[in-house]
Amino acid sequence: MARSARLAEGGRIDRSKSVRFKFNGESYQGFKGDTLASALLANDVHLIGRSFKYHRPRGIMTAGSEEPNALVQLGEGARTEPNIRATQIEIFEGLTARSQNCWPSVGFDIGAVNSVLSRYLPAGFYYKTFMWPASLWLTYERFIRKAAGLGQAPTEPDPDRYAQHHAHCDVLIAGGGPAGLAAALAAGRSGARVILADEQNEFGGSLLSDAEAEIDGAPALAWVGAALEELRALPEVTILSRTTVTGYYDHNFLTAVERVTDHLDPDAAPPNTPRQRFWKIRAKQTVLAQGAIERPLVFAENDRPGVMLASAVAAYIQRYGVLPGREIVVFTNNDSAYATARLAARAGARVHLVDAREQPPGPLLAEMAALGVETHLGCGVVGVSGTKAIHGVDIAKLTEDEKGLAGPPLQVSADLIAMSGGWNPTVHLFSQSRGTLRYDETLASFVPDKTPQKARCAGSGNGAMMLAECLREGFEAGAAAARDAGFTVETPESPDAPALLDSPPRQIWTVPTVHPLGQGKRKHFLDHQNDVTAADVHLAAREGYLSVEHLKRYTTTGMGTDQGKTSNINALAILSEIRAADIPSVGTTTFRPPYTPAGFGAMSGQAVKDLFEPERGTPMHPWHLANGAVFEDVGDWKRPRYFPRDGEDMHAAVQRECRQVRETVGIMDASTLGKIDIQGKDSGRLLDLVYTNLFSSLKPGRIRYGLMLNEHGMIFDDGVTTCLGVNHYHMNTTTGGAARVLNWLEEWLQTEYPDWEVYCTSVTEQWAVATLSGPKARDVLLAVAPEMALDSDSFSFMTMREGVVAGIPARVFRVSFTGDLSYEINVPARYGRALWEALMAAGAPYAITPYGTESMHVLRAEKGFIIVGQDTDGSVTPRDMGMDWIVSKKKEDFIGKRSFARPDTAREGRKQLVGLLTEDPTFVLPEGAHLVSAVNPAPPMPMIGHVSSSYMSPNVGRSIALGLVKDGRNLMGRQFQVPLMSGRVETVTITEPVFFDKDGERSRG
Amino acid sequence: MLQITCPWCGPRDAVEFHCHGEAHIARPEKPHEISDAEWGDYIFFRKNPKGVHFERWTHDAGCRRWFNAIRNTVTDAFIATYAPTDPIPEIPTDDQGDA
Amino acid sequence: MKYNIFSLARNARTYHQDWTRAWRSPEPKPEYEAIIVGGGGHGLATAYYLAKECGVRSVAVLEKGWLGGGNTGRNTTIVRSNYLWDESAAIYEHSVKLWEGLSQDLNFNVMFSQRGLLHLAHTVHDLQEIGRRGHAIWLNGIDSEFLDVDQVREMVPLMNVNGRYPVLGALLQRRGGTARHDAVAWGYARKADEMGVDIIQNCAVTGFDIQNGVVKGVETTRGRIAAKKVGVVAAGHSSVLAEIAGFRMPLESVPLQALVSEPVKPCIDTVIMSNAVHVYLSQSDKGELVVGAGSDAYISYAQRGGFDVLEHIMGPLVELFPFVSRLRMLRQWGGIVDVTVDRSPILSKTPVENLFFNCGWGTGGFKCTPGSGHVFAHSIANGEMHPIAAPFSIDRFHTGALIDEGAAAAVAH
Repeated sequence: MARSARLAEGGRIDRSKSVRFKFNGESYQGFKGDTLASALLANDVHLIGRSFKYHRPRGIMTAGSEEPNALVQLGEGARTEPNIRATQIEIFEGLTARSQNCWPSVGFDIGAVNSVLSRYLPAGFYYKTFMWPASLWLTYERFIRKAAGLGQAPTEPDPDRYAQHHAHCDVLIAGGGPAGLAAALAAGRSGARVILADEQNEFGGSLLSDAEAEIDGAPALAWVGAALEELRALPEVTILSRTTVTGYYDHNFLTAVERVTDHLDPDAAPPNTPRQRFWKIRAKQTVLAQGAIERPLVFAENDRPGVMLASAVAAYIQRYGVLPGREIVVFTNNDSAYATARLAARAGARVHLVDAREQPPGPLLAEMAALGVETHLGCGVVGVSGTKAIHGVDIAKLTEDEKGLAGPPLQVSADLIAMSGGWNPTVHLFSQSRGTLRYDETLASFVPDKTPQKARCAGSGNGAMMLAECLREGFEAGAAAARDAGFTVETPESPDAPALLDSPPRQIWTVPTVHPLGQGKRKHFLDHQNDVTAADVHLAAREGYLSVEHLKRYTTTGMGTDQGKTSNINALAILSEIRAADIPSVGTTTFRPPYTPAGFGAMSGQAVKDLFEPERGTPMHPWHLANGAVFEDVGDWKRPRYFPRDGEDMHAAVQRECRQVRETVGIMDASTLGKIDIQGKDSGRLLDLVYTNLFSSLKPGRIRYGLMLNEHGMIFDDGVTTCLGVNHYHMNTTTGGAARVLNWLEEWLQTEYPDWEVYCTSVTEQWAVATLSGPKARDVLLAVAPEMALDSDSFSFMTMREGVVAGIPARVFRVSFTGDLSYEINVPARYGRALWEALMAAGAPYAITPYGTESMHVLRAEKGFIIVGQDTDGSVTPRDMGMDWIVSKKKEDFIGKRSFARPDTAREGRKQLVGLLTEDPTFVLPEGAHLVSAVNPAPPMPMIGHVSSSYMSPNVGRSIALGLVKDGRNLMGRQFQVPLMSGRVETVTITEPVFFDKDGERSRG
Repeated sequence: MLQITCPWCGPRDAVEFHCHGEAHIARPEKPHEISDAEWGDYIFFRKNPKGVHFERWTHDAGCRRWFNAIRNTVTDAFIATYAPTDPIPEIPTDDQGDA
Repeated sequence: MKYNIFSLARNARTYHQDWTRAWRSPEPKPEYEAIIVGGGGHGLATAYYLAKECGVRSVAVLEKGWLGGGNTGRNTTIVRSNYLWDESAAIYEHSVKLWEGLSQDLNFNVMFSQRGLLHLAHTVHDLQEIGRRGHAIWLNGIDSEFLDVDQVREMVPLMNVNGRYPVLGALLQRRGGTARHDAVAWGYARKADEMGVDIIQNCAVTGFDIQNGVVKGVETTRGRIAAKKVGVVAAGHSSVLAEIAGFRMPLESVPLQALVSEPVKPCIDTVIMSNAVHVYLSQSDKGELVVGAGSDAYISYAQRGGFDVLEHIMGPLVELFPFVSRLRMLRQWGGIVDVTVDRSPILSKTPVENLFFNCGWGTGGFKCTPGSGHVFAHSIANGEMHPIAAPFSIDRFHTGALIDEGAAAAVAH
């Protein structure tokens, strides 16, 4: 049993609630309030995982979401999740986690051979090798891929639910530390609608791990408590803990991920609660108070388990009651880490303090002396003993130029290093907002400068490192934001908070070691996750990758799951040193959303499974379901494709349906066809504009087929339009084109001809349509519409009659897409199923069959009727389709007409619609097969056209096809070959594209 | 996500809208009297400016009306939105719009 | 210095101190035979092939920022040649063939990984579309296979083939795949530099010196540079440069977005594209899932887009690949793509003599980096468009001879 590192008292953990969890199969105990990291440290577990490239042992470096090292595979089975930061996950009873990127175990990892070979694997080594022989790259790559990749993706669907929440607020505050809380108070008091979000489970930010901070003479956390109490009482303030503001997009649109139940045992989570909630927030104003992240120091072997940020060590002691080391070396270049030394010493650790500065402030040194802390001034850590844990630390005096050691190293016994290289304001959201950054010499880091958006920054994220300043900036920003959002509020008086010492740091970007950088065993890590060292930056620069973007991409620094939160500034500074340029002129890489990784599940919210994209069904849809229809997706619609009987396959069902329609009668649900009601005195003008043929001459009650072109002269929709009365039309569009056509009409009406008086209304959903088709269609209709005169003289082809069908007021259109006698019966949608059932009953004596889209396609192809989108492809004109007859010669203009005269559109020999008959009448050409002008033993073969529609036709008694063939209309009767991938070559004869009832008697009869 | 002020409905999320490219391109009155080049220019060629752009939008998930907008294509800030029948608003020279 | 395992080992002995610069940083000369405006993949490839194959060694590449910083370094790295129209198949296949020897040709591992590329069909209409395209590709001598749903499932076990839009089949191009995008720019830059091409970064073109309708050089932020011929390969900024030169292009520049997940161990071995469900996905060698999102419909030069466009693919992504629900988006970004109405590129002469444009690659230009550079180099050198490039002339927007990949297939690239 390892020793316990848990302190006897202190911390914000609940010691009354013991929590058991498993790591790498071992069972451990922690407390409620622990993170996985703090609980593991309490159990003296430091080795957490292996690094990306060299598989070096890695431990816990931070206590927050910036953690690059301590990533674990959380959970098992369907709930497993890779790359979870041990520093962020709160433990719950039964939690399981394991190390990733190691095999067979984190302690003994075969992949660590990469570490032995690391000398041969510098930055970008893979660009220089694995090139020979070329054929082996896929093999090399397989090993590279296996070695990369960190954790494992789940293989099962996610059992959890996610929610999305849209919110509008006056002031969004990102970050609930002292500045954020102050901003929330100031804004909240004005009555503004405020959202305060913080990624942690508790508010207070840095104060949660600060033993010394005081506000107005009391412990700072008392002020935090009072602030929260006041905010909770304000009705317009929403307080979101465990909520990370992840993205700052244009026009003050922000996203946030709220981890609602991640801290609970999933099996015991409250019911009807999403696991995570994704917030989409439009904020009038924002206050960005994200705080600052401590910067690691770049010294030799700084990646060993046990090397932590000084602030993290403080957090583990103060917030979690864990002393992560007994013999601690605090290595700093600034004042802030002295607080860690004090905490550690008071908690009972033996502490060495290494300060790179020659002369830190006297009071600090006096304090150290009083606590028994041994100080090493003007020194650096130049080496670390131990690989999976630290045993000793080499400390040496640094030369004045910081390039070398001024004396031999002294080794001290130690098991933990707490390092501090200064602080980087967290400017991510600000930068995402298109904010520009300014370099602050004192901080040696970037701070927010200007943003075009309605954003303000406050606190240490704004470069204000002292508590009093944080509070003042928070109050000011909150009040100003509320004022700019239209509220009246005074800026509250800022409370008193004693400042700690803040003397200048000694900025050493690379701490020297016993050998020149990169020329020995000791490595200086920058990006701990991706194993990028300071020597790699030098190599990249040496090779000319001098732009900061090139550096990042060549070395992969900052490209890990932490996106370089701890490494970017160090990398940039080292590059600046090499280039002998100042840091601002070298610039930063672009900050991109999300701030921390955001779950795809959360972002997809409820739009999954049944709610992914709602299905559209017609009023008859339940009947189709009940009668075994097989559906196809057409746009959002589910349309019956065929209605199999007694184990029929599609072919058998379709052959039967098609025969039945031609023999007696069939019925089809045509409700999905687009329908647009067009009224107004200029309706005829509009139709004349958008159709190729003349519509303004159409008489009430009459129907005309029309083709619609785009301005390029290409067909984009077709359908029939009926004149219902004077200046009143009913337009049918294709099922898929309904919305597009309505938009098209509106575009011309609203933008080009706003003076025309036309009103277009989509009525697709208002009408249910049953189409009776077949020689017995009239008999069936007569049975349910005895009062309608259905004889051909009274109700001729291409006319519409209103009447009563099956007791329902109906519009009956005598049009035909099958080429047989057909009636499209339109009734108000709510009567659709009643109509359908009445027609089925009336058709029973004629063995009426319902038929689906597949049979419809066969029947129309028998007649050579085109389907826009199948026989056309956006590159064919009416002339190409052999439909010159529908292009008005009288009209001076219509949309698309001018394009006919362009050289390529007017030329002879374009692809034209023809019929295709195979030599073997039983063989159905695959749709999409091509005719070639010459068959070669193997491709390439010159193509002259393709098969657009192809079916077995029971009524023609053989296979039929339509196709587009170059100069096809001049090739009637000619034979061509259709080679197929199977090796088969089918001979086809080019014919007219009409195979059945060529004179069209049946539809008119 | 942009926030767009529909001249009829007010400010709404961009997800409710659709952009239809450059505005104020009138359809030639007598298409058959212009050259292929002029016709091609009308259909296909656009300013595509880096900076102030006059463009057409529809409020699809709202009033379904077309309108015009003046937007800076670098900042994505809207300078004005107006009905197709409105005169083109004058742009103050220093107005970069609301970001 | 030659890159191979031996030079790597040799340099390891000297702690990698002796590696030389991949490319120089020369001052611009007063005059060049040819200037290429734009230091992305296409521009660098053009310069390389000019020097290597066309004997034009006096070449400068002018890049206003850093090499490969535009769409070259922002795309989802998909390479394929399974296009419908003969003209498209010709140029993209020409490119794939160059890809197949590119690492060796450049002596720089561009990690061209022919891991196969699947176009899913979810509807009958999709099946017809891949049917036509698949046969056309095959007859053009390019590899093309149809898969049924069981074969799709076998290739991508983690895909949900029974979702809202079930998978009915797929078109597979085995020779399709991905490459390492940055390496393409660097590899071309290094080799072009080696052959004497001057690559000049941080040098923006501000004007063209045009005399009597003939281009004589360019004005830049680093002074005037004379050239006999100028090729503009500026992607999203093509319209801006055309305007400076005094003409317009049939282009719109829109933001295109993409994202990656956190890296995970291999789980997706091939490239998957679905038009009906609006997703395309692959897994990088680093382990990140690389996901292409759509483009915003508005013109923007901001290299960022709206969250709505990104969100629009989240549902489809999880629907098609349910396992990603518990993975996380690591980073999202945008590029500016110049889109033509027919979704085919423009490689063309212009109204200005000796000024050539190579643009309009829209959302799919990366795959054609070698092919585009190759035929554009020959076109510039000869003063006549290479036969493979000829159909992609600007003239087609006046004659009507569009190469309409968009309308024909509604293919996302």
